[in-house]
Amino acid sequence: MDDTIMINKIKEGTVIDHIPVRKAMLIPRILGLADGKDTIAILVNAKSRLMGFKDIVKIENRILKDDEVNMLSLIAPGATINLIKDYKIAGKKSAVIPKMIEGLLKCPNGHCITNHDPEARTVFDLVAKEPLEMRCGYCDIALGEQEALKQVSGE
Amino acid sequence: MKNVISSSDFTRKEIEEIFSVADSIKKGKRPKVKGDKVVALAFFEPSTRTFTSFDVAAKRLGFQTTGFRSEHETSVAKEESFADTMRMLSSYADCLVIRHRYDGAAKFASQITDKPVINAGDGKREHPTQSLMDLYTIRDAFGKIDGLTIGIVGDLKYGRTVHSLMSMLTAFKPKRVHLVSPLQLMLPRNFLKGLNYPYSETSDLGKVIADVDVLYATRIQKERFPDEMEYNKVKESYRIDCETVKRMKERAIILHALPRITEIAREVDRTKNAKYFEQARNGVPIRMALFSKVLGA
Repeated sequence: MDDTIMINKIKEGTVIDHIPVRKAMLIPRILGLADGKDTIAILVNAKSRLMGFKDIVKIENRILKDDEVNMLSLIAPGATINLIKDYKIAGKKSAVIPKMIEGLLKCPNGHCITNHDPEARTVFDLVAKEPLEMRCGYCDIALGEQEALKQVSGE
Repeated sequence: MKNVISSSDFTRKEIEEIFSVADSIKKGKRPKVKGDKVVALAFFEPSTRTFTSFDVAAKRLGFQTTGFRSEHETSVAKEESFADTMRMLSSYADCLVIRHRYDGAAKFASQITDKPVINAGDGKREHPTQSLMDLYTIRDAFGKIDGLTIGIVGDLKYGRTVHSLMSMLTAFKPKRVHLVSPLQLMLPRNFLKGLNYPYSETSDLGKVIADVDVLYATRIQKERFPDEMEYNKVKESYRIDCETVKRMKERAIILHALPRITEIAREVDRTKNAKYFEQARNGVPIRMALFSKVLGA
């Protein structure tokens, strides 16, 4: 399919393709892009030969770093990340579940210091990939896939 | 050794070195330390033994102490953040000793300050200096920790001394640990994953009492229960009295981090098996040994 009808190609930046539908809107938040500095195009419900329907995100003038790409694995583990230079795909990256997630998730333990001091940023260490299990670096409480997804999607 | 945050941070060698220094202290030999140090005792939760023994340990090494023993005495009562309180204290003192009700408070403090931080008990998980006292008292009684059968009885859900002790025991090779508690106060399941020694769980102390070398009793902690009804259901689940002692091995010892409420009858205090006051006394040499490692020569 040709998505350029709806969104122009970008000269430089990153295109995140094959995002499950309704997940694209979460990406600016996960990547910390919601501060308004970056130009972001979000395409939802695009037709896809592979997936039926998919979402696409294009970020202008910004090449995502590996740790940023890995954060995407929480909501779009099968996403394709294309790095664009001069309108062409200059490289590809795939999302790997990160060994550590800082600042994004909230600790479910109400007695964890991260819920009681504005400077205490959460740190979750990866314990298992399948099913996903992470542990809080401060109180060691487990955080599973469902809870992580619920938090990331703001449900 | 920079900080003392978690029981799991210690290697067996480090624990044995601390015990060895504590042995020397008990024989009257003071470790070499620079005397011009100030230790801040930042106790956001009430404490009698831990606060006093840290205070005495620091003073016996020639240090000065400052600080507080209740959150209400601090600017936290004026909504100052924990992080800011730590920054302020670290600008006055050379070492911070922290007691706090929240899990991970000591670890977070160690990231705020470049001064050494000693965890004097935080949240429901960690009380590493108490665990050192517990194991030191066991070693004193038996000359070893490996090969012993240990029964831990009472509140295994909320009791941080239990969680911390079980974690530190992974540096040794106990024969078995019997976990004795009412169903509502069983050890959290995630703790079992990290254990590298045999254990069993029961609610019946009678089943294991004759098997243990060490009986570690705990207080059912009212302050950590979400509601009083739940507390009332379990508050007097176990009581160790002279009848219980008769069923124990002759050389078995009874430990308790104190304070006790009703879980150990006063009559037990006079038996040779009661080692909980000795355990509390060991707080000073153990904490002196720790200070000497953290603020040493």
